[in-house]
Amino acid sequence: MSTVLYDTPGPRGILRNRILTFLFAAALLAGLYFAYLKFDEKGQFDAALWEPFLQGDVWVNLIIPGLLNTLSAAAVAALIAVPFGFVFGIARLSEHKWIRVPAGAVVEFFRAIPLLIMIFFAQYGGSAVLGLTVTSFTAVVFGLVLYNGSVLAEIVRAGIQSLPRGQTEAALAVGLRKGQVMRLILLPQAVTAMMPAIVSQLIVLLKDTALGFIVAFEDLLNAGARILPANFRNLIPAVIVVAIIYIIINVLVGLLANWLERRSRRSRKTTIKPIEAPQSVGVG
Amino acid sequence: MGALVEEFPVILGAFWLTVRLTLASAVAALVLGTVLAAMRVSPIAVLRGVATAYVNTLRNTPLTLVIVFCGLGLGLVLDVSFSESLSTNYLWLSIIGLSAYTAAFVCEAIRSGINTVPVGQAEAARALGLTFVQNLRFVVLPQAFRAIIAPLGSLLIALTKNTTVAAAIGVAEASLTMKSLFERHQDSVVAIFFGFALAFLVLTLPTGLFFGWLSRRLKVVR
Repeated sequence: MSTVLYDTPGPRGILRNRILTFLFAAALLAGLYFAYLKFDEKGQFDAALWEPFLQGDVWVNLIIPGLLNTLSAAAVAALIAVPFGFVFGIARLSEHKWIRVPAGAVVEFFRAIPLLIMIFFAQYGGSAVLGLTVTSFTAVVFGLVLYNGSVLAEIVRAGIQSLPRGQTEAALAVGLRKGQVMRLILLPQAVTAMMPAIVSQLIVLLKDTALGFIVAFEDLLNAGARILPANFRNLIPAVIVVAIIYIIINVLVGLLANWLERRSRRSRKTTIKPIEAPQSVGVG
Repeated sequence: MGALVEEFPVILGAFWLTVRLTLASAVAALVLGTVLAAMRVSPIAVLRGVATAYVNTLRNTPLTLVIVFCGLGLGLVLDVSFSESLSTNYLWLSIIGLSAYTAAFVCEAIRSGINTVPVGQAEAARALGLTFVQNLRFVVLPQAFRAIIAPLGSLLIALTKNTTVAAAIGVAEASLTMKSLFERHQDSVVAIFFGFALAFLVLTLPTGLFFGWLSRRLKVVR
């Protein structure tokens, strides 16, 4: 599309683009230089601030434990959220109103409110109402499951609805029961179509574990923004390093999503295309 | 319920701050996102590269990290200051974080909007001799925006919810206020939670309905 927006430049166009390239590159370098000066003025390039990242101890004792907490919170939440999504997504398609309506209400409610207030509620509500001590890990997982489970429910619903009606009709016509139609006919095709959307929602889930920072969950962001700066007074370098770790993990999972999408396109299980993730997925 | 009535002015103030955060960040994100989208389709490779790198970095970074970087990194370490008042300063820093993050998603939405504009439109514009900027401004972007009103509405809803993350640097918007109310009224945690959830529904549901209506109304008839 982008090449449709402008003609292939002729001699003058090429010259103009070169001049503009030069000007913008100069402006960019000037901006970077300004940022460099600002960083330098505050001593952010001091070796003492960056040197901790060359020590094995720092990684083993401070960063890796945070990373493992982040990954385990994400893994636990994902393992609960995916079944939650399937149960509620299928429940919303039920023929019985008394199943469909409550399931729809739950999904819409948890999709419409911020994840953070669910985490706060889990933390305070657990002790105030049930008398339990809720760890920050539990609170984070609780919020992640309800929010992402609800988004996954919408993905599941969209995936099943994207199948042609004839699939259900034919299955019923050959005498399958409703449960069998769902289990043997609809789900196998729908799962293929919605796999990429599910994986991209799991990336959101992984990113959202960082909210645990606010409730003092000892995750990767906590390592970068609280523990390392407390030890070495190097907030900016630590946050940058942690950001790079997050980006690497997310890019790797993103590659997995792309691979799944390509594979499901080649798959002969179904002719339907991978469904689009519901809007605003990935923003969370 | 008593706690909700008693603290009503506090809650109202907190949600007013949430609304202001949302609107300020939304405007900034829309402007920055449009610029980024224009850069990503521009004929100049440097601009394309910068915009692509920006979008991919911000999209793969947790929002909490972005806000913490803005609040503590820019605010405390680099002494970026917008106001004498500490709370106003953190408010601005969180707006920077929210809009920088959301702009990456706005850019992607606009790019997908540009892809919905039929190729013939841009070709016709070129045939008339319009330059790249004119082509975007008069032909492609107006149609692209009308195609992505619903996704932009979803982004606005997501942004409304995301403003709660400003709690990470102590901006007393709705979620942080809810937390302090939890601490003050431990006997009515459930009522306070549902009160705040309801207030968020009041903010987000009409936004969704309005943008749904707007997108149907402004749909480009082809």
